[in-house]
Amino acid sequence: MTYEERIQNVSVIGAAGKMGSGILLLTALEMTDLSLLPENKEKTFVLNAIDVSPEGLSGLMKYLREQVRKTAEKKIVWLRKMYATRDDLVENYDIINEYIFDALNIVRPVSTISAAYASNIIFEAVSENRALKVKLLSDIDNHNSNNPWYFTNTSSVPIGLIEDEANLKGRVIGFHFYNPPAVQRLVELIKTDNTLVEVVEFSHLYAKKLRKIIVPSNDFAGFIGNGHFMRDALHGMNEAQALATEKNIPLYKAIYIINKVTQDYLVRPMGIFQLIDYVGIDVVQFILGVMNPFFKDEDLHSELLDKMMLQGTKGGQMSSGAQKDGFLKYKGARVTSVWDIHKQEYVDIDKFQEECNEMMGNMPDSAVDWKSIIRNKNKDTLLSGFFNDLKSSENLGAKTAISYGKKSMEIANKLVADQVAQEVDHVNTVMLTGFFHAYGPVNNFFE
Amino acid sequence: MKRKVYMTGGFNTISMGTGRKEFHPKKPRPGLEDYIRKAGKGTLDQIGGADNVDEGVIGNFMASRFNKQANLPGFVPYIDEKLQWKPATSVEGACASGGLALISGIKSVLAETADVVLSLGVEVQNTVKAMYCADILAGAGWYQNRKNGHAYFFPGQNSDRAGAYYEKVGYDKARSGMKQWFINAMENARLDETAQEHQNKVADLGALYDKLKPNGTAFVDHLNVLDCSKVSDGASAIAICSEEGLERTGVDKKDAIEVMGFAQSIRNITNAPTDLTELETIKKASQRALENAGITIDQVGTIETHDCFSIAGVLSTEAIGLAKDGEGWDYVASGNTARDGKMPMNTTGGLIGWGHPTGATGVHQAVTIWQQLTGKAGKSQIKITDDRPYGMTINMGGDDVTVVAIVYKRA
Repeated sequence: MTYEERIQNVSVIGAAGKMGSGILLLTALEMTDLSLLPENKEKTFVLNAIDVSPEGLSGLMKYLREQVRKTAEKKIVWLRKMYATRDDLVENYDIINEYIFDALNIVRPVSTISAAYASNIIFEAVSENRALKVKLLSDIDNHNSNNPWYFTNTSSVPIGLIEDEANLKGRVIGFHFYNPPAVQRLVELIKTDNTLVEVVEFSHLYAKKLRKIIVPSNDFAGFIGNGHFMRDALHGMNEAQALATEKNIPLYKAIYIINKVTQDYLVRPMGIFQLIDYVGIDVVQFILGVMNPFFKDEDLHSELLDKMMLQGTKGGQMSSGAQKDGFLKYKGARVTSVWDIHKQEYVDIDKFQEECNEMMGNMPDSAVDWKSIIRNKNKDTLLSGFFNDLKSSENLGAKTAISYGKKSMEIANKLVADQVAQEVDHVNTVMLTGFFHAYGPVNNFFE
Repeated sequence: MKRKVYMTGGFNTISMGTGRKEFHPKKPRPGLEDYIRKAGKGTLDQIGGADNVDEGVIGNFMASRFNKQANLPGFVPYIDEKLQWKPATSVEGACASGGLALISGIKSVLAETADVVLSLGVEVQNTVKAMYCADILAGAGWYQNRKNGHAYFFPGQNSDRAGAYYEKVGYDKARSGMKQWFINAMENARLDETAQEHQNKVADLGALYDKLKPNGTAFVDHLNVLDCSKVSDGASAIAICSEEGLERTGVDKKDAIEVMGFAQSIRNITNAPTDLTELETIKKASQRALENAGITIDQVGTIETHDCFSIAGVLSTEAIGLAKDGEGWDYVASGNTARDGKMPMNTTGGLIGWGHPTGATGVHQAVTIWQQLTGKAGKSQIKITDDRPYGMTINMGGDDVTVVAIVYKRA
């Protein structure tokens, strides 16, 4: 079966979710573009958008219409060529509308899993629940006579376990998009011991056509991305608690300090507590829970997260994409206050940030911010100048930043030592592309 | 001309669109009527109010599609209630609509049916994204050519002209002229507060231009985006008066310019240009305007030409007769058209720098010449010498289809 033949019938399970809707969009666009090629004019492409939520599916179709329009607008030059023989389509407006129709016409929103029984390719993007994943995939496999291939958007559960328990015999691969899939270019690709060569080849071709960057990860719980992020997050929370004890300050002040160190001093797009909020405190807790049993020499667990969950502050995002309050409270993109875990209320940043900033000490003049440096050609020189100044400073902020940078490198090196990542470059690529860091965790800045 | 015709009281709104800090595509913005009123009032304030006006003319290209609005004469009394019950009309000739609004006013004065005409040009285009804007502007070409035309129809047509010019004179030579045209446009626009590129702060314009190689996959084959004018919202207005009319407004003659000659020329829209490297209609219209004014190009001190694309700017230097056939690139690259050059052109930035609210452009050109010849150009002011006291505007609609050329002198 060729690539085109195989991709003629695809199902996405969990299609209305945050990850599923992105995967559905990208796949719909890829299928639509293929369908426009002269050699495919007579073929029918089917993309089942399967989800238990009818409301979700209705929202998905609206999302698709908007996103397909945006994409069509960007590739109007190419689309005019594709629709050149259609005399009824004259203006860009006509052509873009036709493309939107053609894309939506491929998508079949349904709430029954049986739609997947005729597919050759199944993308699974349900919640990070091993039993649910196994149940769904084995059900499809028992009813589908095409020997379909399964691409699972799993971020922490080892793929080999899913393969075994659903009896998929090499027809499965971890294809882990980053959030949001339509924008983030990184895909972690996780083979099991049995994954068929053809499945791997298809994955590479499909990722290439979606213009994604593939980083291979070995099949260890958490893979590279969560392997680094979860440990980095745990470190951040531990540092905040240690700082609170050492300086005898309330935890919320320490949280403010560590968040500022990880954002401003380490030149990252977000501080670590903001990132935990962005991902969702519940999600971080859950993923740690999935990973923990697989690592005997580590305790991947945070009591602080448990407390936050008990207090009902969960972070995460609203369906509009707006940030929900977690460790930090937000107004738009701005942090306005920090959660006080003892009094169970938010404390206005204005009341204590000056005091905390004073504790941290002045930033050196060489300081650079993430936004201005991320696309700067002299990024490395500028970063190295800044970090060198931090190293020679005795300030609390500077010292915390340097030790944090070293810890981040230690985590990355351990991922290679533990054979989660095949090489250091892979970890760096994941952090650079999946987390938009300005530099990889393995570097010469903090030595 | 059988009667003296003057222009005075020129006014431009800001040319709004990308490049202006205050522009935000997703926030509400002033509408068509707001621009008409703002520009109209700007002129009325300088000529003693609406009582002095006999007639209004609005030049506009595609409000019918950009704003879903036709019957524009109805907006003339919206400028000022005192214009109600007076005659008003609107004229259309694509991007030369503004030029036609000027000519319409001139003709009314010549016909002695009016002594003071408020001529106004307007276009509010940011109501749609660029790829839909391209559809609408394509109406300046023959509709039968739309299907096989480029997604970005007019950039596509000018890209073809640029491609032909590259073949004729060589790619690097042609690009060097187009690059200098772009640099002049930005540097001039920075001096005029109403220009869309007024806030442009690019340190090395030449390097930026060189970096953006034309890319046919994303845009057109032979032009980059810097070769093109942007999508603009804006309006310009000016009063056109007879001798008596000028007196009625109370404006001192030294604050007015006199129309010394004008010409209009039309090329059959259903035909392709005979030679892609020649702007034939501009050539005919500008020659005739000079003849009608009874002068030669050597007596002209500054020109506003229709540079919707840098290639059109370069080719116009040949069409006007400033440069020989195939040498326009050199004429521009050598600095002749810069503000301190032999023939300063588009001294407030032209269409690429000041902006191109299509229906307003022709009037904006007249306002710039009025400012320059009467010493009102502020930071943009160039020196006008006694031996070359004339100014000229050339306004083009479509691909060298509808052209209006006017010659002026300080009154």
